[in-house]
Amino acid sequence: MENIIAEYIKEGRSDAWRAELRKSMKAKERTSLERVQMPEQDPLVRNKNIIEVNLGVTEQMAVAEAHRCLDCPQPTCTVGCPVGINIPKFIKKIETKDFLGAAAVIKETNALPAVCGRVCPQEKQCELSCFYTDKLHATPIAIGHLERFAADYERNSGKMNIPEVAKSNGIKVAVVGSGPSGLAAAGDLAKFGYDVTVFEALHEIGGVLKYGIPEFRLPNDIVDVEIENMRKMGIKFRTNFIVGKTASFEDLRAQGFQAFFVGSGAGLPRFMNIPGENYNGIFSSNEYLTRVNLMKAAHEEYDTPVLIGKNVAVIGGGNTAMDSVRTSKRLGAKRSMIIYRSSLEEMPARVEEVHHAMAEEIEFMNLHNPVEYFADENGRVNKMRVQKMKLGEPDASGRRRPIPIEGSEFDIEVDTVVVAVGVSPNPIVPSSLKNLKMTDWGTIVVNKETMQSSISDIFAGGDIVRGGATVILAMGDGRKAAVGIHKYIQEKIKAS
Amino acid sequence: MNKIVEMEFFSENVAKIVLEAPDIANSRKAGHFVIIRLNEKGERIPLTIADGDSEKGTITLVVQKVGVTSAKLLAMKAGEEILDVVGPLGHPTHIENYGTVLCAGGGVGVAPMLPIIKALKEAGNKVISVLAGRTKELIILEDEVKKHSDEVIIMTDDGSYGKKGLVTAGMEEVIQREKVNKAVVIGPAIMMKFGSLTTKKYNIPTEVSLNTIMVDGTGMCGACRVSVGGRTKFVCVDGPEFDAFQVDWNEMMMRMGAYKTQEHEAYEKYLKTVETVA
Repeated sequence: MENIIAEYIKEGRSDAWRAELRKSMKAKERTSLERVQMPEQDPLVRNKNIIEVNLGVTEQMAVAEAHRCLDCPQPTCTVGCPVGINIPKFIKKIETKDFLGAAAVIKETNALPAVCGRVCPQEKQCELSCFYTDKLHATPIAIGHLERFAADYERNSGKMNIPEVAKSNGIKVAVVGSGPSGLAAAGDLAKFGYDVTVFEALHEIGGVLKYGIPEFRLPNDIVDVEIENMRKMGIKFRTNFIVGKTASFEDLRAQGFQAFFVGSGAGLPRFMNIPGENYNGIFSSNEYLTRVNLMKAAHEEYDTPVLIGKNVAVIGGGNTAMDSVRTSKRLGAKRSMIIYRSSLEEMPARVEEVHHAMAEEIEFMNLHNPVEYFADENGRVNKMRVQKMKLGEPDASGRRRPIPIEGSEFDIEVDTVVVAVGVSPNPIVPSSLKNLKMTDWGTIVVNKETMQSSISDIFAGGDIVRGGATVILAMGDGRKAAVGIHKYIQEKIKAS
Repeated sequence: MNKIVEMEFFSENVAKIVLEAPDIANSRKAGHFVIIRLNEKGERIPLTIADGDSEKGTITLVVQKVGVTSAKLLAMKAGEEILDVVGPLGHPTHIENYGTVLCAGGGVGVAPMLPIIKALKEAGNKVISVLAGRTKELIILEDEVKKHSDEVIIMTDDGSYGKKGLVTAGMEEVIQREKVNKAVVIGPAIMMKFGSLTTKKYNIPTEVSLNTIMVDGTGMCGACRVSVGGRTKFVCVDGPEFDAFQVDWNEMMMRMGAYKTQEHEAYEKYLKTVETVA
């Protein structure tokens, strides 16, 4: 797969327009330009609404930023991209103001550019390995902002390009789960010409993009447009359908499905198993976010309720914790706190989300860990006991693990707590397949190259394999699996 | 979209609903439940499947009016459609030949009990069913239960039908009289709590089916969590049936009341809108 991507990235760099563009401005001039700043809503206004925080860069800003890119002969940014986007090519398209062309380049390898431009941890991927970061020790090209710009420009232009699909081969392939890995797999399988059906357990398509990531970070409309495009590529979607329950894999094989991609996600929230954790007002982040995002609980005219807190504590330091705590502020909490057992530097959340949260008056209690909850006479949580932590000596992996400080416990008044300490793989699909090889952590064992599981016609990727990662890593898995499935089916046809 | 094929009222607030759901009708077993959402703005609620017909492609649910969603559902008519129905969810009931099984159902809890009674009977058990309700009109599915049980005892709180007394009195009667190898108790939480306290006295292994608050029903949210044997379990993926003696009933009842205030306010508001329309 790596070789294929390297070849693909190399291809086209010598095209006349690219060569000319490179000559049009000196490298020194390019590196002297300042990185573009993403315009955003005022923090104290946005923490009361659910409109998107980042407003998007303008055409002028995008073109100026594209000029910074050196179109390196051996681009390193692309190495950091799990789906292998041809980053220099799309950025150079932006430099020439061919914005639709830029979007088309991204879509060659990424089914959800408007999503990834918003939620990818670019600072740990493409932007981390950008020449600017790596060699110049300067701020990297704003690759994420540019990706989002190209995708948004295309969507708003009304000239959405539907990726080309191969002539239909009539072979049925099932995708289980419509989250990022499933959508990526479905997109590529459709391009190969397969008759793809995506089965989704919930009533909406999109998985974590819909129930998890809030409107202020990723508007649902944007996800819907991308899904609509996939429908236009011929992909079929079935909601309210749980493979392994509504119908078994065997049933679907009998209906002619030749292979399966399982991207059923890490939908099983973890709790800390500390006293009082089942009191009312204590939610998993999945429940809290699902009520608000998917079920629209905060809207008067929707039937689903959610408990609105005055003093909200969110336990955890990842993106889900940031999404939950910022949601609580928007629902009207007076005090919204992050309680995380390690230091600010150790937090796994995207840097931008942490900055945004801080600007929105979220309190950060780092190096604190809950040990017990207390409740009023109705069972509603009213107090939590936290313990202070300190960082230990670096271990073999170089990580400084937090250690509790004995006797440092104190109480905080809370009426709502959101536990965002991670998720485990959802057990439904694995438990419906007797011979599927699993790890001790409940994830599906796959061949890392092909994503094939121990059952030959079943492939898997995303959090059901990784146990909790990012949208883009899940998408990378989906793409790999599509190639794996394609090979598997073609070989089976040859053999018969 | 799932069409309502039939709607039959057992009493003012309890109705049997037969729904088109061919895939679920085909794959469901005793003990399974579904999650439904009435319309775009509706909430997701779990309902245990009372019956199914794979040939007609229908499933049967029995619903009691307890809040906004159930009230809206009971106001619907045959021919109308429910937007989302997903399932079958949860683990099916473990069925084997235990010998004599005591099946105690309270109120609408008799509905999910019915397929279990059928399956137990088919597996060769002697099935003694106790049906209980506050009054005569709350005793449901009596004929169907009779058809698949060796004996049926009816109990009403006010003595308006069958014997006067609580479900536990009917259960005691059977246990005192003969050897019971297994018990299944399904109904309101308080009824299951006291029903299982009764069987515990006699060390009769007892299963209960919990109907907690849920959102997705697939293990994703944890709204349905209960302590079973001192460990947190998810009713949707670990249950819905558990060893009754291990369930922390007080915690479960506390959690069932999490949205009491909101539910009450929403119901009052709903009643007002219904009045205005009328």
